[in-house]
Amino acid sequence: MVGLAVLAWWLAALAAGEEAYAQFSAVAQHWTGMIVLVGLTWAFWQHLFSGLRHLVLDTGSGYELRVNRFWAVMTLVFSLFATALTWFYLVGVGQ
Amino acid sequence: MSRGESSTPLAKVRGLGSAHHGGHHWLEERFTSVALIFLSLWLLFSLVMLPALDRGTVGEWLGSAWGAIPMALFIVTAFKHGLDGLKVAVDDYVHDDGTRIGIHFFLTMAAIAGAAVSLFALAKIAFGAN
Repeated sequence: MVGLAVLAWWLAALAAGEEAYAQFSAVAQHWTGMIVLVGLTWAFWQHLFSGLRHLVLDTGSGYELRVNRFWAVMTLVFSLFATALTWFYLVGVGQ
Repeated sequence: MSRGESSTPLAKVRGLGSAHHGGHHWLEERFTSVALIFLSLWLLFSLVMLPALDRGTVGEWLGSAWGAIPMALFIVTAFKHGLDGLKVAVDDYVHDDGTRIGIHFFLTMAAIAGAAVSLFALAKIAFGAN
């Protein structure tokens, strides 16, 4: 939800003009904005991997306790790794 | 259609089988989720791959059909999926019919408004109002 709000704000600022976009950029690059964006990135990856896990569960497989627990933990591992990778690339491009 | 308080439990149930619409929302949420696997990854990779995120670069990207069309699809699908997900959460925890319908109404209006704002902004960028 926060992600969709940020998306709407970003697009609206982009459409509204130079000044509005500069204002958005300033908030996004402030450390509090960065925390929100990193959090959003993590929330996105966690939702994606957890969603994929649930699509598999919807087919009726993976309910054995050991298997279920393994993939539940793996979604967290993957999402943290993917978040780190995303920001590694983002910061890398900026330099 | 209920047959009234005086009828037996069996009479109330007989002939009132599943309406076969129950799975519709569930299935629709899966559809949007599968579509969003592709659309959201496209959006994230596009953002990461852009040489810069200044207004000119982003505007040029969203000005092209390869940027604007998937973005329009993402906006519609993401707001729909978000709305579906929130409604399910409300269904699970809000048991009073009136309150639930009221919240559903509010959420639906908010999602449509958010999508409309985003689509209008995208159209303005794509059709070059700068």
